[in-house]
Amino acid sequence: MIRSYRWAAGVFALLVVLSTGVAVSSTAVADETTATAPKVDLVLDVSGSMRATDLGGQSRMAAAKQAFDEVLDATPEEVLLGIRTLGANYPGDDRKKGCEDTAQLFPVGPLDRTEAKAAVATLTPTGWTPIGPALLKAADDLEGGEGSKRIVLISDGEDTCQPLDPCEVAREIAAKGVGLTIDTLGLVPDAKLRVQLSCIAEATGGTYTSVERREELSDRVSQLVERAADPVVVPKAVQGAEACEQAPALESGLFTDREEFGQQRWYRVDVEPGQELRASVSVAADRAVNPDYGVLLRAVTVKGREIVRGEAAGAGRTDVMSTGLRYPKAEADDDETAETVCLVVTNSFSPAGGVKTTPGLPLELTVDVVDAGDSASDVAAFGLGRGWWLLGVLVVVGFVAGVLWGWVSRWRVAVWRTN
Amino acid sequence: MRIVRILTGTLLLLGLAVSPAVADSSPSASSSPEADGPTEAGTSFRTAAEVDQGTKATAQGSTGDYMYWSFPAEAGQRPTARAVVTLPKETASASTWQLDVYDGLRRRQACQYGAQTRTAATGAATVDLSCTLRTVRAWSEPWANDPLPGTYYIRLTATNLATGDRGLAFGAETEVESKDIGGPAAVDGSLAEPLVPGIAVTSAQSQDSDDSTDTAKLFSLEPDGGWGSGWWSDRWVWTGIGGLLAALAGVGGYALTRGSGRPAQVPPGH
Repeated sequence: MIRSYRWAAGVFALLVVLSTGVAVSSTAVADETTATAPKVDLVLDVSGSMRATDLGGQSRMAAAKQAFDEVLDATPEEVLLGIRTLGANYPGDDRKKGCEDTAQLFPVGPLDRTEAKAAVATLTPTGWTPIGPALLKAADDLEGGEGSKRIVLISDGEDTCQPLDPCEVAREIAAKGVGLTIDTLGLVPDAKLRVQLSCIAEATGGTYTSVERREELSDRVSQLVERAADPVVVPKAVQGAEACEQAPALESGLFTDREEFGQQRWYRVDVEPGQELRASVSVAADRAVNPDYGVLLRAVTVKGREIVRGEAAGAGRTDVMSTGLRYPKAEADDDETAETVCLVVTNSFSPAGGVKTTPGLPLELTVDVVDAGDSASDVAAFGLGRGWWLLGVLVVVGFVAGVLWGWVSRWRVAVWRTN
Repeated sequence: MRIVRILTGTLLLLGLAVSPAVADSSPSASSSPEADGPTEAGTSFRTAAEVDQGTKATAQGSTGDYMYWSFPAEAGQRPTARAVVTLPKETASASTWQLDVYDGLRRRQACQYGAQTRTAATGAATVDLSCTLRTVRAWSEPWANDPLPGTYYIRLTATNLATGDRGLAFGAETEVESKDIGGPAAVDGSLAEPLVPGIAVTSAQSQDSDDSTDTAKLFSLEPDGGWGSGWWSDRWVWTGIGGLLAALAGVGGYALTRGSGRPAQVPPGH
């Protein structure tokens, strides 16, 4: 479906270009697409350990280079792609310098395949593994534009630049911008690396992959780059208030916010008589949380009376907890003013031991105000009947009616004849 | 005798009238799944891969991924979502897989039948999961969470996974098929708009301009024949037959009170 839309959009763009003159409109179209174009930053670990040969007889670095060549060939045209390295330049032992060693190999922008490939070919495994600082810089690389943003981190070792926890860095990056995802790929089946990279991925709603063969690396990175190219609805950032009076007024749309543990988030929506409010909310568990949790969404009047609520609770591993509600406002005869409905979101997630509680959990809110449907006057469609009991009753009633009718008319004939 | 003939004739006519309804209530979903479904799954409600009922969707992922698909369901259908997970070869311990279904308001929907959660033993090749929802109703009280016409989401993930088994490649296949419940589930009332997320935004856009096809939507599929296509149910046939039978029984009852032929005491020619 989405593909055919893209195709149709392409044809449409082509028609526009052809019909209104190439010079003017092609630049206009280009500008518009750059603003909403998806951006991907590939972050490659070039630390000393990448020299190890354990990916099908190749060194990790050689495998990564080969995979990058394939990925660059397969990258869709509309994706703005950049490459950043970490640990590529400083070979020394100075921890401070080693932990600042991250460089932009190829800036995020329209892809020049030959140049990008040539740049990748020059890389030699060198230094430290400063994952946290590299992620911060990568987020800066992706600054600007309204399209979806994705960082793909490929590493063979855990961060060597503690105490800056790359997992918390990832969470903070995600909290700053809208629609940024970090996907991670580990080149070594090592328990610590696994834990750290999955934590980074989960902090942003991304995925973690453990690569054991070279083909897996190029397949997975290509898949992630293509995933970035799929058009998605980008939510609007909004900040809920502590109470209904200060709450931001929302219209129909998709919104994101952050909600801390045990915090209430209030929003307000105006609903006209004869309209129906539909709201759904998802609170994501982007860090380690205790295994039992819940989300509650309530619609409340400005005076504090609860109208309707949606609640969800769960246990075990999860990415989000969601619930929703709908509230049709009855048609009014004379009072035509819209009612302000306050929506309040609370969660009962609790942080697992040693997990930072700020920034808050990501919250996604969908609001739709549509016309209210027909209310039912009967349980059955149009009040119609169905089944053998219905037929039986109708037959008996019809028969009795016929007999009575017959007797009445017989009696009338008899009376007429006597007279 | 004439009454019997009339009755048989009428019943035959009724039989003709019933037959379309009977055909209507047989399962409508095609039994041969098409293979041209999406080959990628979404990673959240927002990015869920859209798939039609009766189409097989496939996806490749890494264990620990959350896979999302969305499909449309119409009133009177009872959807069953099935998933087959092809597990990675080199797992170190058992893992638990779960299939969840959510409605258009992202409310979790209960499964009537089916193994929604299954634990795969170490070294198992595949896991089969399935979930049969309640019948989708055309209308329900706003305070209820009955399934309503609109979007449904499938989420597939491993809910219990050893750290050592994370990030391994696995495959998944899902398919949704519906049983048409028809008349017994035909309730009164209807929704003005199906329970599709973002429908207030998309309908406003399509009113503003014709060129809304290139903007991303939260959900763009429709069931066969569009939303809200059904005023018809076999309740019309049942009620109609009932009315006719009542009329016939009435005629029969009337005839009984008259006896057969002329009364004996009436002289001929009168």
